[in-house]
Amino acid sequence: MSNSSVNYAELGKNGLWNNNPALVQLLGLCPLLAVTGSVVNALGLGLATMLVLLGSNISVSLIRNAVSDAVRLPAFVMIIASFTTATELLMQAFTYELYQILGIFIPLIVTNCAILGRADAFASKNGVLASAVDGFMMALGFMLVLLVLGAMRELLGWGTLFADMELLLGPAAASWELNLLGQDYPGLLVAVLPPGAFIVTGFLIAAKNRIDKSLDERAQAKREPVVAGSRRVRTTGHIG
Amino acid sequence: MSFLRASSPHAHTASTTAGLMQLVLLATLPGLAALTYCFGPGTLINIAIAAAVCLASEALILSIRRRPIGFYLGDYSALVTAVLLGLALPPYCPWWVVAVASVSAIALAKQLYGGMGFNPFNPAMVGYVVVLISFPVPMTQWPAPMGMVEQLPSVSQALAQVFGGGAIDAYTAATPLDLLKQNDSLLLNQLYQEQTIFSQGAIAGAGWEWVNLGFLMGGLFLLARRVFTWHAPLAMLASLSLLSIVFYDSGSSASAGGPLLHLFSGATMLGAFFIVTDPVSSAVSTKGRLIYGAAIGMLVFIIRAWGNYPDGVAFAVLLLNFAAPFIDYYTTPRSYGHDKPRRATEKPEP
Repeated sequence: MSNSSVNYAELGKNGLWNNNPALVQLLGLCPLLAVTGSVVNALGLGLATMLVLLGSNISVSLIRNAVSDAVRLPAFVMIIASFTTATELLMQAFTYELYQILGIFIPLIVTNCAILGRADAFASKNGVLASAVDGFMMALGFMLVLLVLGAMRELLGWGTLFADMELLLGPAAASWELNLLGQDYPGLLVAVLPPGAFIVTGFLIAAKNRIDKSLDERAQAKREPVVAGSRRVRTTGHIG
Repeated sequence: MSFLRASSPHAHTASTTAGLMQLVLLATLPGLAALTYCFGPGTLINIAIAAAVCLASEALILSIRRRPIGFYLGDYSALVTAVLLGLALPPYCPWWVVAVASVSAIALAKQLYGGMGFNPFNPAMVGYVVVLISFPVPMTQWPAPMGMVEQLPSVSQALAQVFGGGAIDAYTAATPLDLLKQNDSLLLNQLYQEQTIFSQGAIAGAGWEWVNLGFLMGGLFLLARRVFTWHAPLAMLASLSLLSIVFYDSGSSASAGGPLLHLFSGATMLGAFFIVTDPVSSAVSTKGRLIYGAAIGMLVFIIRAWGNYPDGVAFAVLLLNFAAPFIDYYTTPRSYGHDKPRRATEKPEP
């Protein structure tokens, strides 16, 4: 496939909605479910995943003609692992506390199937620019779901939003914390525990499917306008 | 004159879901009376709130799902869930605890899976566990039974506590299972003498033994009316007693408590006769019911003796709900005319 035939709008739409890694492909569920207890965790892991996905997609696309099919998967995994290690070291250097909170889930980005999936399904067959756009859009779609999940779970579980954002964005973000449900909110702890992650993800997927269905119905209604004066066709019996 | 030729079973009266559910509701009365007598009107308030929220959320979700509301509300299943929840939750807990538990039970555990008859988990236990892990503070405060306090709270005091969030501490006391969990230095005999909740009671702690006897009576009534078979409840009680005998450790400070204590304290009898026998979420073959009940009894003892929570009936039931299809798969009875049950994984006969 040559670069000129790549439809960038389609790539964006796929990554963000139609083929969203978290809501449609259901890939990378482990970090999705484990660390989205708050917005700051979700944003941290989302950015880390984006860095790795962008880097791996570009690199895989660059070497796509030099690596034979037989060894392509090990090569991809090596590339992804290198980017993950680099990201981990970066987080260790600049956002140490968040690095400690996210813990094992940063190195586990290597095993996020969404990344290897994009490398094999898209980057190994397309040019550098298209692969970069695809990686960015997929990662953005993944991160947006992480953020929505993190926000919902933080709000339900603790009654706050954007707590501890200074861990990621510096001291200026320390005052961002919103106490939407008041100081007396008892906290629905189940939302920040693993079962809550599954339940909230289920609701998100259901909401997406519902939206898709109503969009489909609307498009269907538009496509088949009732022709005025069309005749009814009699299919049963015959009245002379 | 023509005779109606009906094939077996020749039942004289049709048993309906609503009829069975009414029997179950009737059978909870002795236990409910004991709870109210020993701990005051808190349980009645729990049941009232749970019933209102359960029926409302059932009706709401049925209308969203475009199902007949009157038909499903008329089978009393949501009311049974509400009553079981109200009995299980601590009396005088804040109203929002009961409301969250009721919504989780009906909306999450029942209707999202397809409504009556399709829920893989017992709805009341899902609601209970959701609030147990979400709100540990109000969920671990049981009121003191009659005999330990001079006067049980009146209805107006109870309502003020449930809706106003007053100081519940005045009435709370550690339950027998709490005391057993916290004990690490006293022999069982010393513990029994030192703690009034044990010394006021005869076998398993003041109040608790009456509540469990009440549920046992209700359960035996349901058994006599053949609402369920004896297999699952008996297996649960037997495995719980057996394990507590094995780990009794002659009443030392490391003892996990004797069989009488385990049988007549906590949620044992409520669980054995009203939760384990749930026809939807439990195993259905005879052998399967024995395994299902015995495994629940075992897990209840393990959680009580070595777990983080003082009681574990809800967790044990939910874990075995997971396993019920698996148990049924391996205990399918032989059908008449066949050598052994056919399995889905078997190769087709050549």
